[in-house]
Order: sequence, then C-alpha cells, then structure tokens
Amino acid sequence: MLRRTIPMIITFVVGAVLVVSFFIPHRPFGQLGEDFSVFFDIISVFAFVLGGGNLVWIHGDKISKRRPGWGYSVVCLLGFFVTLVMGLLKLGNPWGIQGDVTEAGSMFNSIYEFVFTPLSSTMFALLAFYVASASYRAFRAKNIEATILLVAAFLILLGRTFVGALLTVWVPDSLAFLRVPNLANWVMMTPNLSGQRALMIGISLGIISTSLKLILGIERNYLGADSE
Amino acid sequence: MSVRFGLAGFIFLLAALACAANVLAAENAGAVAPPVAAMAVDTPSDAGGSITIRFRPSPGEGEATDPVVSYQVSRSPCRPDRFENMGSSTSYALANAGKITREAPLIEVVDSDTRDEVEYFYQVTALTKAGRRSEAVTVGPVQSKAQWFARDKLNLLLLAAVVSAAILIFIEAIRRGKIPFVRKIAGLEAVDEAIGRATEMGRPILFVPGTQDMNDVQTVAGIIILGRIAQTIAEYDTHLMVPTSRSLVMTTARETVREAYIAAGRPDSYNDEMITYLTDEQFGYVAGVNGIMVREKPATCFYLGSFFAESLILAEIGNSIGAIQIAGTAQPAQLPFFVAACDYTLIGEELFAASAYLSQEPKQLGSLKGQDVGKAIAMFFILLGSLLATVAALTGSSSWWAVADWVRGLFRMAG
Repeated sequence: MLRRTIPMIITFVVGAVLVVSFFIPHRPFGQLGEDFSVFFDIISVFAFVLGGGNLVWIHGDKISKRRPGWGYSVVCLLGFFVTLVMGLLKLGNPWGIQGDVTEAGSMFNSIYEFVFTPLSSTMFALLAFYVASASYRAFRAKNIEATILLVAAFLILLGRTFVGALLTVWVPDSLAFLRVPNLANWVMMTPNLSGQRALMIGISLGIISTSLKLILGIERNYLGADSE
Repeated sequence: MSVRFGLAGFIFLLAALACAANVLAAENAGAVAPPVAAMAVDTPSDAGGSITIRFRPSPGEGEATDPVVSYQVSRSPCRPDRFENMGSSTSYALANAGKITREAPLIEVVDSDTRDEVEYFYQVTALTKAGRRSEAVTVGPVQSKAQWFARDKLNLLLLAAVVSAAILIFIEAIRRGKIPFVRKIAGLEAVDEAIGRATEMGRPILFVPGTQDMNDVQTVAGIIILGRIAQTIAEYDTHLMVPTSRSLVMTTARETVREAYIAAGRPDSYNDEMITYLTDEQFGYVAGVNGIMVREKPATCFYLGSFFAESLILAEIGNSIGAIQIAGTAQPAQLPFFVAACDYTLIGEELFAASAYLSQEPKQLGSLKGQDVGKAIAMFFILLGSLLATVAALTGSSSWWAVADWVRGLFRMAG
C-alpha cells in the first residue's frame, strides 16, 4: 500500500508545486523548477550506480556462462572498466589528481577524443544510408497520398540545390512564385508548417492530459499499479 | 592712446560676441534630438532584480547626413548625479532594417542587475554616426521588486484551466454514464496482432522506451504503454526485451513490468534481465540496441517514447530483420522517419492517448474527450484568426489588424 501511496503523494505535491511555480515568479516559487531539476540530477547520479551495476552483472553473467556472443560482452566490460579507471584515477592528467577529468592530454580525454567520438560519428553517419533506403520505400507512388509525398519531396530536394534555381531562372519576375526554390519554401512554410503546428497543438493537449492524470493519481500504471 | 585701445577693445569684444553667437546658432541648428517618451519601470512578471527602460526612437534616426545609430543608457543608484554607462542599444531603424512591422516602434533596454527596494535613476542619450550626442533624458526613481503573479502568463493559465476543467468534467461524467466513441487507432489495434505474431514465431518482442529520462513526459507515456502491453505479453508467455538508456527508466520499467506479470498471473515468468541498462550515450545505445536486434531477431519492435536522430537507424535495422514495427513519439521531426520505416506509427497525441485506448477505462477515456474540448477551442480561434487576418489584409484597415493582433496575442507565449 505504502509503496504506491507515498510515490503518488510525492507526484501530486511536486507536480502541483511545479505547476503553481510556473505562474509565480516570486521567491521561492520562481526558483523551484531549477531546484527540482537539480534534485533530479542528483537522484540520477545515484541511479547510475544501479545502471552500471546492471551492465556489469548482465555481461559478467554472459561471459561466465559462455553464452553466444560473450566475446562482445568482454569488449563491453573492458571498455567500461578501462574508461572508469582512467577517469577515476585521472591517469595521464597534466594536473594530476587535482586536474579536471576532461583535461586535454589526459587518458580519459584521449579515449573520448580518439575512440568514443569516432565511433559515435560512425553510427551517426549510418543515418545517411538509412535515409536513402527509407526514402526509397516511402516515396514509391503506390497511391495518391504517396504520390503527393513524392512530388513534395522532389520539389524540396530540388529547391534546396542550385539545380532548382537554374532550372527556373527564366521564369519572369511577375511569376516568381513558380520558381522551384520559392515553391519549395512555400511547401515548407505553408502546408508543412500548418501540419507541424496542428501536431504540436495535439501533443500539448496530450501532455496536459497525461500530466493531469499523473498528478491526480488517475494514471498509476508507471508505479507498477493499475489505474483506479 | 587709452581711448584708441578702449575702442579697439570694444570692437574686439563685439566681434567675439558675434562669433560666439554664430557658433551657438550653428550648434543649435545641428543639435541631436533626444529619444522620446523615456520611462523606467520595474520589469513586469519577474522574480525581481530587473528594471526595464523604454523609449521611442529619436527623430534623428531619420536624418540623412548624420543619423542617430545608437542609444547610450547610464544608471545611477539612489541619486540622480552619479551616472555610469551601462552600454549601448542599437537604433530602432538599424535593428528593424528590412522588417515590416505594424507595431509602434519602442526600444527596450533591460537592466537585470538591480537590487530590489533600491531606487535607480537612468539617463538615455542618442548617439549619431559621427559621434555627436543628444541631450540626456533622465528618468526615475524606480525600484525593482519580485511579483507574486506572472501577468504575462494569464492567457496560459486560463487556457490550461479551461482544458483541465474539461478533462476532469468528462472523466467524472463518463465514469457515471456511457462510454464515448473513440476513433480506431491503427497502431494500437495492431498491438495484439504484433504480440501474437511474435508468439507464433517463437521470437522475442523488443520494446524501446526512447533515449530520454523519466523527467520527459514521453518516456512516462512509453512506460505506461509498456505496462499495458507487458500484461498481454505475459499472458502469451512471450519473451520481452527492454534495453534502456537511463538507469531511472530501467528501474521504473522493471517495477511496471513486474506488476504487469503479476496482474497476468505469471509472476514466475518475470525476470529482471528482461529490462537492461545499456548506456546513456545516444549512439552507444543505438549500437547496443542494433546489436540485440541483429542477434536476437525480435519478431516485433515497439519504439514508444522520445527519440532523436536514432529513430531512423533503429527502425531501418528493425525493417531489415523483418520485424513488425510499431512506433510512437511526440517529436515532430522524427515522425516522418518512423512513418517511412515502421508498419504503424502513433502520431504525437496518439502516444499519450494509447494508455486510455488500451485500458478502455472510463476515467481514462474521459480524458480523451476533455482533450477534444481543447481542440475545438484551438480550431475556433484558428478559423477566427485566419478570417480576421484575411479581412484586415484585404481592407488594409488598421482596426481589423488591431482585432487580428489582439486574437493572436491571446495565444502568445510569455518570455
């Protein structure tokens, strides 16, 4: 009972106070949003121990039982512990143990610069290929909606390159709106922006509704309890 | 001798006076006009510590030869004789070059470094391109203080109150009366089918609750949906995998799924290893989830929460392994990627409606009807605003513009 009631009371008090503080700039209310954000960060730091512990437990178990793919777990744990030790002991730090953990020249910084950043960039770069493959599937003119999507996408792609401007440079000034870059801008600023705004209105209402249900305890599923 | 010198001295004095008069006249002719209607007020709707100085541009901004290009603002605490330069503000003409505005020109300088309850005096001086200065305009005394209500957020408060009241009224009304009509959401209708497919194929189900923490309402919505579908997954006795990118999300998801398994009558099937933590790093997490997808080949993938650039990478990998994919996010920029790569997508508000839809509880469904009131208000004012702006543009009437601007101002966000 208590393990559900206490979190619900905390949710109600914090939610109500934060809503009120949004409309009251006077101290201490005006500052509460930032204060709660700091509290959340502190709790997250403690929770990270749980996450790190889970990572070591799951992969350690996989290695010890020689489950399929255990080699990847070795790489994962090796990376985790090497980075952790480098950071905690500040190895190679020009200012020693008193220096900043991200000090240039430290081993931790080197791992970040020369291992982590290139790996992250590699993952991000994959996006270019996936955009191409997803576009290929999405832009097949299977029906009217997909055809409209295809035409709009083609127009915008063309309008964002010099080719679009070159193709319609001959169009007289009186019909300048028919030039491809102008048409592309119109698609982005009129139908696209209207759609985005409609989405945002719906999302805002959804957020208000969900927040209200959480604050008032109507929605309790996230606490591991069904709604009542 | 003395008479001659006396006469010469008199003539010299006359000449000097004439010269001085000419110089003064010339200076008066070229005097720089000071800024107009200057005033200093306590910055409204703030937590104190700030005073706003407002003035209208100097007529000298319009001069062709040596126009006013900036305004120097000086401050003196307690008494009006110890002014210190606070900095300069660009002229209205320069700041608004090329912009069409129907609003009256007004320059605002905010001094955000004041002590509350202390009197301040301010001086505003117009400066020309050639460095000439206008006469300083002194305003004050004025004090800053913290306000108890942000009046510029009154419109938001009223809107939030109306929408919240509508939601609560409908929740109460529907709890007592008939169940409202809720349109079918294809993505949620397909949930049972997707879980059934995984069960038949004997392959696991992957649930990705986004890459943000529990302080993001989208993550909360994702976890709530996880709770709903975990119960069905438990009933079907299918393997569930929930890799998370935040420790708090992992902890919350474990509680939610454990309760769902208990509710389904299968507490023994629950295992903490279903919900794992990978990493907080965005692309490290993507790499980890992609690895799980390629190795475990889940038959069904759910992506419900807050996503950024990782959305398409996840969805394309899911597509390549032939999984049925249901996605949902309130990030408008990521929705096209999910629509392109997934079988079903919950668009924006549908993510927040999913819990009510899946549970079919009267209280939850009432909240959906309450949201409809908010949409009706939005639609009414969009139509009204469009109509007023169209009439104003066609007639060119400043009165119509004023009405259209007033309607637009009702929904302007403060700050």
